[in-house]
Amino acid sequence: MSDFKEFRAEVRDWLAENCPEEMRTPMSGFSDACWGGRKFKFESKAQEQWMRRMAEKGWTVPTWPKEYGGGGLSKEEAKVLASEMKRIKARSPLSSFGIWMLGPALLKFGTHEQKLEHLPPIARGEIRWCQGYSEPGAGSDLAALQTKCEDMGDHFLINGQKVWTSYADKADWIFCLVRTDPKAKKHEGISFVLFDMETPGVEAKPIKLISGRSPFCETFFEDVKAHKHNLVGELNKGWTIAKYLLTHEREMIGGMGGDDMRPISEIVAGTVGLVDGKLPDAMLRAKVAEAEVDEWSYMLTMQRKLAEAKAGASLGADSSMLKYYGTELNKRRYELMMDAAGHDGLEWEGARSNDGDLARTWLRTKGNSIEGGTSEVQLNIISKHILRMPGA
Amino acid sequence: MGLVLTEEEKMISEMAEGFFADKAPAKQLRELRDNRDETGFNRGLWGEMAEMGFAGVLIDEEHGGSNMGFMEAGLIAEQMGRNLTASPFISTAILAATALNKGGSKEQKTEWLPKIASGETIMALALEEGRKHNPAATNMSAERSGNGFKLNGQKGMVIDGHVADQYIVVARTSGEAGNMDGLTLFLVDPKTKGIAIERTQMVDSRNSARIEFEDVEVNADAVLGEVDKGGDVLKAIVNAGKAAIAAELLGTGGEAFRQTTDYIRERKQFGVEVGSFQALQHRSAHLYSELEICRSAVLMALTAMDMDATGSELPVAMAKAKLGSVSKLAGLEGVQMHGGVGMTDEYDIGLYLKRIRVAQELFGDANYQMEQIASMKGY
Ligand SMILES: Cc1cc2nc3c(=O)[nH]c(=O)nc-3n(C[C@H](O)[C@H](O)[C@H](O)COP(=O)(O)OP(=O)(O)OC[C@H]3O[C@@H](n4cnc5c(N)ncnc54)[C@H](O)[C@@H]3O)c2cc1C
Repeated sequence: MSDFKEFRAEVRDWLAENCPEEMRTPMSGFSDACWGGRKFKFESKAQEQWMRRMAEKGWTVPTWPKEYGGGGLSKEEAKVLASEMKRIKARSPLSSFGIWMLGPALLKFGTHEQKLEHLPPIARGEIRWCQGYSEPGAGSDLAALQTKCEDMGDHFLINGQKVWTSYADKADWIFCLVRTDPKAKKHEGISFVLFDMETPGVEAKPIKLISGRSPFCETFFEDVKAHKHNLVGELNKGWTIAKYLLTHEREMIGGMGGDDMRPISEIVAGTVGLVDGKLPDAMLRAKVAEAEVDEWSYMLTMQRKLAEAKAGASLGADSSMLKYYGTELNKRRYELMMDAAGHDGLEWEGARSNDGDLARTWLRTKGNSIEGGTSEVQLNIISKHILRMPGA
Repeated sequence: MGLVLTEEEKMISEMAEGFFADKAPAKQLRELRDNRDETGFNRGLWGEMAEMGFAGVLIDEEHGGSNMGFMEAGLIAEQMGRNLTASPFISTAILAATALNKGGSKEQKTEWLPKIASGETIMALALEEGRKHNPAATNMSAERSGNGFKLNGQKGMVIDGHVADQYIVVARTSGEAGNMDGLTLFLVDPKTKGIAIERTQMVDSRNSARIEFEDVEVNADAVLGEVDKGGDVLKAIVNAGKAAIAAELLGTGGEAFRQTTDYIRERKQFGVEVGSFQALQHRSAHLYSELEICRSAVLMALTAMDMDATGSELPVAMAKAKLGSVSKLAGLEGVQMHGGVGMTDEYDIGLYLKRIRVAQELFGDANYQMEQIASMKGY
């Protein structure tokens, strides 16, 4: 570790100078995140500055190669950067599906031209992406997807419908799974294409969720023309890319706690208060301790799996284990926060509750074990690919 | 950071894996049990473990040990857990060695550590008195008498207490039960007058002992550490015990799981392998996840032990809590998924269930650890 002393000092100095004070406070909700994109309105000057300065260094995507807008850092250096950011409680400068999902897939499967075209705008927060996977008839059984894509010689023609497309109404581009060979077996006729959401024929209709918010949409495609050079990988070979991207999505979802990264005990103690140095409700106290042990062990497991991956092993199906465990744990965390908040946690509107932020976030966490493949689907994957169960 | 094994650690782990699978598999425990073996473990095995450096894993070279460190001790314990190996490793190589390392005078170290490392001396910690682990509740008295002390009271769950050559006895020299202050540790020869030993056969086919002390006279130089201030040394001993047991449970729970998934992959009902039923697959996949989580907790606890034994209390309690509950789940699911054969003595899964029941209880079950964690963290 001592090898990185110099780098650490450098990072520390740079952050001290460049991370605005306002960006060193906890986000008060998901809406505080910086998503970038053509339609994005920065919440503050500081938010914009922070994103731009980090992007300039390539540190919105620290491990991507420099030529594609990244920082060219090694995994170890990126860790140093992350720990230094954590030290000053710096917010993430940029959050996006481009960074978490499309980027890794393009880096692995894209051509040099595709990388040059799409990666730098992601890194700079200029283009925001959405994920067009699920359809009304293709959820857990994703490979049943029907959205049709025909080769018209000089372009692709796309017709069909996606659903649950997160932020489709806010995104600039979509990475989309389409059926290019209706006669092939269901996994073998799928392709992975990219197109602009402003292309004529694309329409995104927000869906209202139990949280009262509308972060995702039904997305319709009617005679949408897509450029053929935006086919990633080979025609009809999109399933491999789709799955690879999902392992990244799962790692990301598994690692995504709420915005409040404090240990659960601290949150609950802060809400409930202590009597004689103890949480007065013994059952709650026990559940908190249990959750705390699990959160600690889980966080270590994330670190361990990532470190093992560095040593040459691939995360593979273990991303399903992390996704399963992490999301179930996050749901438990929010149940405990609601238990602790009691009546106050039930408020839905008004300034006191920041428009029901806790209740709405609690509701949002219910989707953690559904999005990116349900918990049941993750358990299926573990059974099949890790435990090698028969017939799985 | 200790979460990924170094090449050297991997080597030790593999060496231990081969050694115990070869020399002390579950079959050996069965034989010891069925023959009502008087020792309860194989002395030849312990000798070989000493030669391998396992007995002296926590003892420095100066005192004849291999000084491999706590990570290695844990890796060894894990493999013993896998094989249900009975040996005085916990009582002697972990508990007694820690007691002497932390509390021993120069003379005591010189006298005892080399004998532990060589496998010559077996030591047992006489600590528990009640149904549950509770060091502060120690009630056994040690009163000053002449040039030394007079011990009165009784101890239970003294692991290897029936064969130990030397006891480390926790007694109260002042203060009230419920207090860690006022405790003193003594090195006591089991042959001293006034000691009555009852060997207790436990559910896991291992041995411990109940020991009565009636006006047992010991010299002042029997004191290990300082009079009235044994609490700190005791905490270190218990902490080491917890960490080693957590590592053992990782092996025991992991092996119970492995045998279970092996079984359901083969066993057929309704014309198919029962492992093709999703109800079993999901419970197996859940357990897999829990065991992966457990491994990280154990590795962190062991790392913390090597770095700073006093700062390790929290991670060690967390690891012991996690392993206590997950290994139990592995044992329970193991028997259930084996169906009827899981209830038979012929299958090993029951032996695992039984060992887990004992090991999770040692030095406090998951509930106890959780209580400790909440207190340590101030809530
Ligand atoms: C918050 C959120 C954001 C999302 N964002 C996106 C997005 O951006 N882009 C996108 O494409 N999709 C997105 N999704 C969709 C998500 O991927 C699907 O909802 C998910 O894959 C489940 O599909 P489904 O909703 O059709 O449920 P179904 O597949 O109908 O599942 C219903 C129930 O059946 C269970 N089930 C299904 N199959 C099996 C099986 N083989 N074994 C056992 N149980 C099974 C499921 O676990 C579930 O409990 C999002 C979903 C949520 C909740």
